[in-house]
Amino acid sequence: MILDYETLKLVWWVLVGVLLVGFMITDGFDMGAGILLPFLGKNDAERRIIINTVGPHWDGNQVWFITAGGALFAAWPAVYAVAFSSFYFAMMLVLFALFFRPVGFDYRSKIADPRWRSTWDWGLFISGAVPALVFGVAFGNLLLGVDFYLDEFLRPHYTGSFFDLFHPFALICGVVSLTMLAAHGAIWLQMRADQPVADRAGKAGLIMLVIMLIAFAAGGLVLLNGMPGLHIDMMPAKDALPNPLNKQVSVVDNGWLANYQTYNWMITAPITAFVTGLLTLLLVKARRSGLAFATHSITMTAIICTAAFSLFPFVLPSLSNPNSSLTLWDAASSHLTLNVMFIAAMIFVPIILLYTLWTYKVMWGRVTSKQIEGNPLAY
Amino acid sequence: MITEEVVDLSRLQFAITALYHFIFVPLTLGLAFLLVIMESVYVMTRKQVYKDMTQFWGKLFGINFALGVTTGLTMEFQFGTNWAYYSHYVGDIFGAPLAIEGLMAFFLESTFIGLFFFGWDRLSPRRHLMVTFLMALGSNLSALWILIANGWMQNPVGAEFSYETMRMEMTSFAELVFNPVAQVKFVHTVAAGYVTGSMFVLSISAYYLLKKRDLPFARRSFAIASAFGLASILSVIVLGDESGYELGDVQKTKLAAIEAEWDTHPAPASFTLFGIPNQETQTTDYAIKIPYALGIIATRSLDQEVTGIKDLIEQHEVRIRNGMIAYGLLTKLRGGQTDDATIAAFEEVKKDLGYGLLLKRYTENVVDATEEQIQAAAHDTIPNVAPLFWSFRVMVACGFAMLLIFALAFYFNATRRLESKRRFLRIVTFALPLPWIAAETGWVVAEYGRQPWSIGEILPVHLSTSTLEASSLYTSIGAIVAFYTLLLVIEVFLMVKYARLGPSALHTGRYHFEQNGEHSNQAKPEIAGGAA
Repeated sequence: MILDYETLKLVWWVLVGVLLVGFMITDGFDMGAGILLPFLGKNDAERRIIINTVGPHWDGNQVWFITAGGALFAAWPAVYAVAFSSFYFAMMLVLFALFFRPVGFDYRSKIADPRWRSTWDWGLFISGAVPALVFGVAFGNLLLGVDFYLDEFLRPHYTGSFFDLFHPFALICGVVSLTMLAAHGAIWLQMRADQPVADRAGKAGLIMLVIMLIAFAAGGLVLLNGMPGLHIDMMPAKDALPNPLNKQVSVVDNGWLANYQTYNWMITAPITAFVTGLLTLLLVKARRSGLAFATHSITMTAIICTAAFSLFPFVLPSLSNPNSSLTLWDAASSHLTLNVMFIAAMIFVPIILLYTLWTYKVMWGRVTSKQIEGNPLAY
Repeated sequence: MITEEVVDLSRLQFAITALYHFIFVPLTLGLAFLLVIMESVYVMTRKQVYKDMTQFWGKLFGINFALGVTTGLTMEFQFGTNWAYYSHYVGDIFGAPLAIEGLMAFFLESTFIGLFFFGWDRLSPRRHLMVTFLMALGSNLSALWILIANGWMQNPVGAEFSYETMRMEMTSFAELVFNPVAQVKFVHTVAAGYVTGSMFVLSISAYYLLKKRDLPFARRSFAIASAFGLASILSVIVLGDESGYELGDVQKTKLAAIEAEWDTHPAPASFTLFGIPNQETQTTDYAIKIPYALGIIATRSLDQEVTGIKDLIEQHEVRIRNGMIAYGLLTKLRGGQTDDATIAAFEEVKKDLGYGLLLKRYTENVVDATEEQIQAAAHDTIPNVAPLFWSFRVMVACGFAMLLIFALAFYFNATRRLESKRRFLRIVTFALPLPWIAAETGWVVAEYGRQPWSIGEILPVHLSTSTLEASSLYTSIGAIVAFYTLLLVIEVFLMVKYARLGPSALHTGRYHFEQNGEHSNQAKPEIAGGAA
């Protein structure tokens, strides 16, 4: 083994984060473009420009999401099991929304009928907006706690209901993630779409960024006002064989703020989110969309880090049955599996980044109607 | 609460979504390599028709691929949403190949499919060919990792149960990857995919030949498909899946059920060509048998026995009794009684723990199971024979029918008599569904034959599900069926539309509907409407 068990557990917490960030930065912009599609494209030609800016990339981007799911399954099987079964209808909602993506992109242009095309445009809108919203709501629910417990054989039981998920705080988080991805899509279009779509996208981006920053601040205020979190009273050694039921956890007010006192440096995450968020506003306004894309990617990373740092070391807390909560120490796979997966990630992630960047380089430039008409295989 | 209803509905949902997913997968696997072949010929000869072939069949590839991706997502979600205990219990092993599939294969396939469609004008022909090749490579590597995961469900090697974490844990990654069952399945499945792709191109090309349209295009497509198809169907039949059936108890049971082999016969066993299996009396009525054939197919030898169902049930009963002991010890260990003696005793019998868990269907308290319950559980270890018996025979019949078709297609094409054989061309057109029937029945054999296990000998299906309400499952199944039906209708509609239109869909001006006056008036609105 390359690394000891404790280190590997921590490394996988970081790697799951890396995959999530990869998903947000890549798939985020094509979902965002889908969210804005019906509003920024006034006619079929403009809508095809929007779709074809993401056309060559959405499929590869989506694999960040799929791989994050696979990595969750492999590295944190308990988290995968509890989260997917507890959020049953929310997951189905995301799944059904995602159905619209491949078919929406590929089938839309295959028939010229305007009703057909407009149906798929809204399909692409749903496939961007619903997952973006639900992911935020899900993160909100992590902070609120998920109502589940594990029985003696570690079988998960969910005691909450679908409608419980839509708590006001969770909705605020949903707005953050929805506007965050919409802004990302807007910046992408400002950079890659032909006029007049690019200018409209810039304006939409400004609006989305402002809402995002307000919602993020609102979420922070709720967190600062005594929101209950979890505190570990006693747990086995970090390199122990994972068994979530071997620890004792209690609910305390402001529990999710404790880390910022223990590890002062963590405060840089929310601060960075605000600073680069404001910077992105200026850059979008100045039409420096390349730089804005980079700073917004940092903002998104900082926002995800804020949630992850607040929860640390929890990854799936239960406030109704705190002892059942899952942490990165006790929900992980075996030492061997984490090691094998770590090696696989070290080999393949750099290769993936290389060829992905190459495809962006090949396809770089503003997408125009003329180009689209010249390619019989375009969307 | 997990009721029988929840278990049955979960199985139904998984069966529907898996079989549906596999409508699209084999065509992706096969067509991808046909595209590589066509484009390679283009790069070597620089004849425009081969580029048009790559683009046109690529367009149909795209229509199919979209639904492959869509339905594949469901598969990944479903282990967590509907099989939560399974995910917890075996995620340590099963999750790894799925994650590596993403990293090594699906990224490759999905990234380069974008360039396949959009990169024609931005890449040199050689570079574009490389892109197409990497896409095809990705799709095939993807099948490899998925089948490693599936092979492990059939023959779970390289893993051990840990009472401390209450789950299976990986002991050897190499054993998982080089699981012989997985390797055999991989070869069989991808070759079946190549057959599917070939039959697809062959049937549609035969249609153009019958219509006397775009002949140079159709002839070349037909020729490539017949050669690639013949080679592929031969590999499917010669490297059949059954060579993996001697490995692991689940595979043995599956084999006995496929053959309706109730009793163990002296080697080499005969093959039941036809018959009506009767589960109650444990006999096969009206059986027509071919001597020696089963022994040779199943064990690749003349002196090894194929164990019959009755003997398997007896063996399983012994293991269930052992499993009861294992379960009793596990309860003590989980309760904190972790002295060396208990651990040692548990290690001794833990390989039969799964058999003990079979009793959970009848009683919460496994250690006190009655004689009747033990008998019932032992009978549960044999899947229903009739569906397996018939699915297998349908699959094999389709396989041999396709062998005949590809052989004749290759022969007529090589001797340049193809276009006069109009009846044959018509048969080829109507043979289009054969590979799909074979693939779907093949999966029924593989997965229905795995019952009652989700992981062979380790985890019974009825313990694997999530703790859900039946009403949730009715809702999700209803929504999935409605959505999938709609998508399939749209997909088939587009496929038929573009298959009929043929290479004219590329609007290069070189093909039938854009040249022939009468027809073009009819088809022009579609083409002019940006049918791209």
